[in-house]
Amino acid sequence: MNENRHSVITVVIIIVGIVLLTKLFVIQVLDDSFMRRAERNAVQRIVDYPYRGLVYDRHGELLVYNNPVFDLMVIPKEFSIKDTAKFCKLFQIEKDQLIERYQKARKYSYVKPSPLIKQISNTEFAKIQDYLIDYPGLFIMTRSVRAYPDSVGASALGYIAEIQPRQLERDSADYYNQGDYIGHSGIESYYEKILRGKKGAKYKMVNVRGVDKGSFKNGQLDTASIPGENLQSTIDLELQKYGEKLMEGKKGSVVAIEPKTGEILSIISAPVYNPNLLAGAAYGKNYGKLLNDSTRPLFNRPIMAMYPPGSIFKIVQSLIGLQWGVITPNTTFACNKALVACHNHSSPVNLFGAIRNSCNPYYYQAYRLMINQDISSNTYTDTQIGLDKWHEAVEKFGLGNRLGIDLPSEKSGDVPSSLLYDRMYGKNRWKYSTIYSLSIGQGEMLVTPIQMANLAAIFANKGYFYTPHLIKSVDGDPKKIPEEYQIKHDVGVSAHHFDMVQDAMAEALYGTAMRAIISDITIAGKTGTAQNPHGEDHSVFVAFAPKENPQIAIAVYVENAGWGGRAAASTASLMIEKYLRGHIERPTLEDYVLVGDFGD
Amino acid sequence: MFWSAILETKVRQDDLYINKIDWLTILIYLALVMIGWINIYAAVYDEQAAKSIFDFSINSGKQLVWIGTAILLITIIMVADYRLFDNLSLILFGFFLLILLLTPFIGKEINGQRAWFELGPFRLQPGEFAKFATALALAKFIEKPSFDLSLPKYQFQAILIILLPISLIMLQPDTGTAMVYTSFFIMLYREGMPQKYYILALVFIAISLLSLAVENNLYIVAAVTGITLLLILSGKKTWKRVLTFSLIGMAIIAYSYSLDLVVSKLPTHQQNRIMVLFNPDIDPLGVGWNVTQSKIAIGSGGFWGKGYLEGTQTKFDFVPEQHTDFIFCTLGEEFGWIGSLVVVFLFVALLIRLVFLAERQKTRFSRVYGYCVVSILLFHFFINISMTIGLFPVVGIPLPFFSYGGSSLWSFTILLFIFIKLDSHRIQLLGRMN
Repeated sequence: MNENRHSVITVVIIIVGIVLLTKLFVIQVLDDSFMRRAERNAVQRIVDYPYRGLVYDRHGELLVYNNPVFDLMVIPKEFSIKDTAKFCKLFQIEKDQLIERYQKARKYSYVKPSPLIKQISNTEFAKIQDYLIDYPGLFIMTRSVRAYPDSVGASALGYIAEIQPRQLERDSADYYNQGDYIGHSGIESYYEKILRGKKGAKYKMVNVRGVDKGSFKNGQLDTASIPGENLQSTIDLELQKYGEKLMEGKKGSVVAIEPKTGEILSIISAPVYNPNLLAGAAYGKNYGKLLNDSTRPLFNRPIMAMYPPGSIFKIVQSLIGLQWGVITPNTTFACNKALVACHNHSSPVNLFGAIRNSCNPYYYQAYRLMINQDISSNTYTDTQIGLDKWHEAVEKFGLGNRLGIDLPSEKSGDVPSSLLYDRMYGKNRWKYSTIYSLSIGQGEMLVTPIQMANLAAIFANKGYFYTPHLIKSVDGDPKKIPEEYQIKHDVGVSAHHFDMVQDAMAEALYGTAMRAIISDITIAGKTGTAQNPHGEDHSVFVAFAPKENPQIAIAVYVENAGWGGRAAASTASLMIEKYLRGHIERPTLEDYVLVGDFGD
Repeated sequence: MFWSAILETKVRQDDLYINKIDWLTILIYLALVMIGWINIYAAVYDEQAAKSIFDFSINSGKQLVWIGTAILLITIIMVADYRLFDNLSLILFGFFLLILLLTPFIGKEINGQRAWFELGPFRLQPGEFAKFATALALAKFIEKPSFDLSLPKYQFQAILIILLPISLIMLQPDTGTAMVYTSFFIMLYREGMPQKYYILALVFIAISLLSLAVENNLYIVAAVTGITLLLILSGKKTWKRVLTFSLIGMAIIAYSYSLDLVVSKLPTHQQNRIMVLFNPDIDPLGVGWNVTQSKIAIGSGGFWGKGYLEGTQTKFDFVPEQHTDFIFCTLGEEFGWIGSLVVVFLFVALLIRLVFLAERQKTRFSRVYGYCVVSILLFHFFINISMTIGLFPVVGIPLPFFSYGGSSLWSFTILLFIFIKLDSHRIQLLGRMN
């Protein structure tokens, strides 16, 4: 009766075989996830970090270089310490911190390395180097941070720091990994792709304890890193150093441009900070300090601070008026203080005298002729047509829009058009008497210091500019700089109109900025005062020199330093002398600026 | 001419005996041992310190020693008197029971178990060797024509013989090895144990698995209630029938709930071993590690495998115990599904061959012993491979003929060759068949 049971057993044996082969077929052939998991297990990708490009000044002096630092990495599976207190003392880490970071590493991967202590300096590394052997599961990874030999140019150069989660999300090319360094501001950020180079990778096989077991597929997949390209900056290191020294203890901006090329010779945001503070292990601590500083050193004033242009804008008004033929050099107006306040000077004045004396009523009257040209019989409509035409002309001077300098977060400033007043007052509810403040650069107008420096360059060039920029060449090739910096922008005013304006600017110094005069260098300049509702006015000065063959155009803002003829003009004059002569022959003026007491 | 003459005479002399040995079984045995051996080499192979497969300092060299001594054991078994095994069966059984009794006290403690015996440089696992002794003892008892497994008295006796070594091994405690002895129920099935027990057991296992796999017991309650109602409605609605089905349904539901309760009362590591089966991601670095890594190793082999000595998971120690209990990983990774197919096929072929051999025995003693061999090999084969691919909880039992280790290779060799010996004398063994 039991004889046929052997066939039941045979069937059971066959079923067992089929069940095993089916399950094996599923995991071996159908499901390919195991293959990927096997590679993740045994193949370790080791990033070969490229050498970040260096930055030089316009004469080839080093501005930024790389400094090696050491990350202490941990492989949790192998890591064990007997005496925690001793370990903490040796590696200078708090016990809680150690435990926290170890847990984090373990959470990331039990067998792959994670950083335990980041950015150990050369000297600290020398101290711990010999003890590393006592701690299994620890090893050193070399990386580099930025260093600045002269500690200047922080606002222009920017800094690099670990990539932020938000940036990682936006990284659609998937180039960055958590913990990678990326340029965070300045040209480090703007030229990130040029400076960073290209990461390489080595694939090696590791066993379960993370021990190296040779290269994966004989290194077929390995790629070498490509070092970043070096940048030559337009900055003049000596001038930059000198400017930062002059601005010590002050708030404000200095922007100096080579007019013919738009190359920025010096760009200073005061108070300045030492760029080395944001490089290396103390980044977190120092960044917090700078961020909370009430003088806002991280606020990049030359491109982000906006002020009313003030009197300096009268030159632009003159040029547009001349170009339109609304006024001529001989157009004369009385200095009628009933229209708008002015200071005492001879009256009436022609255009030259108006610029020289910065006469407010002159521009009130000249601007009315520009705005109300009787194109429409309706005063309101006529004003609107005139304003929009004027707005278009002003924009050509690089105002009201971002210039497009190679620094992130540039502000556009503001030049109002009819849209703004329509919004403020309603259509056909405003006319010249509403907007006349614009005539003297007040009212709803805002400009940035870089735009002002660019204006000085336009005056120097007699009608054109190149967008101000910070890079002269990439890897020695000037053609590799972005194309937009090689395009000449015309402001739409004929060159001959500038002659008289330049003469007036040179002459103006004798009336408003005696301190700025250099005996053997002709400076053409214009003082200004940016009104400050919160306190003392800001001192402003724009200039270019030498007048005959301009080499430098400059804008200086000194906040809360009052009238432009003192602090700003003196600083600008010293910068011009330094750049053109290489040294200073007026120590008294230098002391005056350095002391920084700009009272009457 | 001279040599051929000698060979011819020798062949003629041994003609009767040689031809009665089942060479097919021996061939499969040798194939498995050799494939196992080259896989042991692959498991311990280190490219950076490459050693020869014959190097005695690594496990493949040592396994060669075990293989050599196993051949010596085979020779002894084959030249011994076939009646010896019949006569010695009970003495051997008693001897091994005594050893098993002593093991927990004098055995060497490894991983919290005292399952190993140290004899000079050798380490032996009595639990492995007691298998063939138990098989012989079972054969001896069941041999009697009066031993009718449909009668409770004999059922009880058979179970007692099986429970003796199980309970002694549980003292070590070595659950894996102890479980192997339950496989003798396959042999008991062939010898006439009532079929209903097996059906009940299968239902029981199915319900257990279901109630462990299904998180919410309400599904089981619903399913059992539904099926019970269907069965009641589909047949005669006598009181007795309705009552029986209702009680069975309720019993199943009660069992399902109590099982969850029991599992929750188990020590955490055992609980995890069970739960990992249903979800290996519960604890991928802890209990799930073995299964996860083992599956990664086998699964990454693909269809054709990565090539001999090219495996990364087994070579770089991601899989623990890879040359012993997890040897199948090396095969799966380096030889892929094709390699797995060959080995599974060899095992299935061996088992079916053994069933065939058992059936042709003239004595009940030989047949019972043959089915014992089938039972043990089938159990090891199924459970070992199942645990490496996550079909069964991890229990530390080796893959027969394949895994590294003297105890396991010797005990399986003895187990198998005693049967081959008995089979070769099937004509002489005039038995009392029933």
